[in-house]
Amino acid sequence: MSNSGMNRRQFLQTSGLAAAGAAVVASGSVIMASDGAWALELDTLTGHEGVTLLDMSRRLYPHPSLGDMYYAGVVEQLDGAAKGDGGLAGLIKDGVGQLNSAKGVDWVDLSEGYQLEVLESMEATPFFQKVRGTAVVALYNNPLVWRHFGYEGASFEFGGYLERGFDDLKWAGEPSEDASPKAG
Amino acid sequence: MAKFDLNDETVVAVIGSGAGGGTLAHELCEKGIKVVLLEAGKRYGIDDFQNDEWGSFGQLSWLDKRTTSGSWRVAKDFAGLPAWICKTVGGSTVHWAGASLRLQEHEFKVKSAYGGIAGANLLDWPLALADLEPYYAKAEDKMGTTRTNGIPGLPGNNNFKVMYAGAKRLGYKGVHTGRMSINSRARDGRGSCQQIGFCFQGCKTGAKWSTLYSEIPKAEATGKLDLRSQAQALKIEHDAGGKVSGVLYADKDGNQHLQKARAVCVAGNAIETPRILLNSASSTFPDGLANSSGQVGRNYMRHMTGSVYATFPRPVNMYRGTTMAGIITDESGNDPSRGFVGGYEMETLSLGIPFMAAFLDPGAWGANFAQAMEGYETMAGMWLVGEDMPQESNAITLHASEKDQYGLPAPNVHFDDHPNDVAMRNHAYKQGSAVYDAVGATATYEVPPYPSTHNLGTCRMSARAEDGVVNAFGQAHDIKNLFVSDGSQFTTGGAENPTLTIVTLAIRQADHIAKEMTAGNI
Repeated sequence: MSNSGMNRRQFLQTSGLAAAGAAVVASGSVIMASDGAWALELDTLTGHEGVTLLDMSRRLYPHPSLGDMYYAGVVEQLDGAAKGDGGLAGLIKDGVGQLNSAKGVDWVDLSEGYQLEVLESMEATPFFQKVRGTAVVALYNNPLVWRHFGYEGASFEFGGYLERGFDDLKWAGEPSEDASPKAG
Repeated sequence: MAKFDLNDETVVAVIGSGAGGGTLAHELCEKGIKVVLLEAGKRYGIDDFQNDEWGSFGQLSWLDKRTTSGSWRVAKDFAGLPAWICKTVGGSTVHWAGASLRLQEHEFKVKSAYGGIAGANLLDWPLALADLEPYYAKAEDKMGTTRTNGIPGLPGNNNFKVMYAGAKRLGYKGVHTGRMSINSRARDGRGSCQQIGFCFQGCKTGAKWSTLYSEIPKAEATGKLDLRSQAQALKIEHDAGGKVSGVLYADKDGNQHLQKARAVCVAGNAIETPRILLNSASSTFPDGLANSSGQVGRNYMRHMTGSVYATFPRPVNMYRGTTMAGIITDESGNDPSRGFVGGYEMETLSLGIPFMAAFLDPGAWGANFAQAMEGYETMAGMWLVGEDMPQESNAITLHASEKDQYGLPAPNVHFDDHPNDVAMRNHAYKQGSAVYDAVGATATYEVPPYPSTHNLGTCRMSARAEDGVVNAFGQAHDIKNLFVSDGSQFTTGGAENPTLTIVTLAIRQADHIAKEMTAGNI
């Protein structure tokens, strides 16, 4: 592993491929990228609810260069959890309803400022807490997302980092031998 | 491995197989004493460990029902998870970072050294550093602690390099890769550190000392150890004379068994240990076992903790290599001119992306949080760990209505910071940030305490029976064949990571138990 190459985020930023805005469409119980790059079939939630939750997840954890498919992972988790849990399904559907009715304009059509206002007003609700708690794990526990942040994940199968850059940082100078002996 | 009968009254029953219980069991077995070691969790091998933060958390953590109260932020953000400790053979020595520091001389007599501190239930330990020094030496040798016994320090990783550079610019002197019970050279049948990272998830090479693959196999080899995993201790029984007589436990199928015992040693970590004593209340001991002082469960300490993470203009990749890769010791002394008593250590720490998202600012969302996460690749981080004040109101109590899966009252963990804890954390945040600012940090983040990893003080040692639960050997003041063998016995917490001292006390306690058995006292 080296730091010399661009990571995924930098690549996306420079190549102009960064996904921005609602490039996601709903059709029945399916949500998909408008260019057909990915699709997610939902069990319990409608496509419209899925798109709304995807967009809410992006507003919660906005990474402009992270594609919609990663946020769709949050929707997948919520849909899976709601399957066979009527109480949770109701909580999510009601919450989405609130998102869509709070300003009299569909959530996905709301301005960023209004979206934030609505989220802040709902912060204490079980719906918000459920979506936020699911999103913070589903989004950041995705190994593909790790690459975006420059986190390499599991190392044991590659022999650890002993020979792969555990001490390759040069910009801070080298500690004394006494403070940091060489590996044996 | 030995197998002893439930009715064998000659065994010593040890509850918990972590730093205290696992070490004690091994030491007793080496002396020819039969031990039944009851461990609530499963037994894994290092091949089972996962380089995956959430996956490993689900595998190893103690996730039984617990509740929280008090003003600490953990009670809000992690209401059901007051402590981040393990339920597995090896206990939290599977999860620990490896830092192995001796307590300082004055930390054994803080009531004398610090004077009266309003609201703090301070007490001097009934022993001095000199009493422990020979045992500290044995523990360091047993654990293979670096920078002792001629063992070289570990090589510093990127995270350490950043901390080192900043610390030196601030004028700190005690900056190095720490005293770690992680092999820098192959030793004692275990290999050397491969800088995997994931120290908290179970060391997949066994370079890090753990009772799981050091003390316990050695104890098994003596033929004196009967280790029962997935055996949850429920209650300690006593006889008509008031001596403990055995342990009631549930096996993996929920069937209950009573293991008779000559002595019982409790090492369930500082939440479960007092809980078992309290849940063992009887008509003879209506307030719970060994609780004539009323101190069982009280004086719960968790160390003053917090973290500082910082981003830099260039990559750090802090997650590569040992999680706790180095230390600054300069703030660990007692210098009240800083506005607080006691001291703290500054130790590098790293989290992967999954845990960084969970712990950087629990509950946070929005653009600022996302921006902080974007800087992950350039982050360095340190943990701040110092002495917190024992307070009688910080306590493990039995919940009035919540029960665990066995129908026993769940433990509630109540904690409020003492003003001294806040003043120390404030100082530590400022100094930690200054270290990183000195090497050009673009942003610094003051991160609140994680769920407690250092749980201490809930069955504390005292010279007088009315001040605490156990004597200087961890032997209950009230019941001479009942012992506390984990961090619960700490009279006060010191600034140092507690595992080395827990192991040290266990080695010393084993000597005491053997002597008492030989003398026919227990």
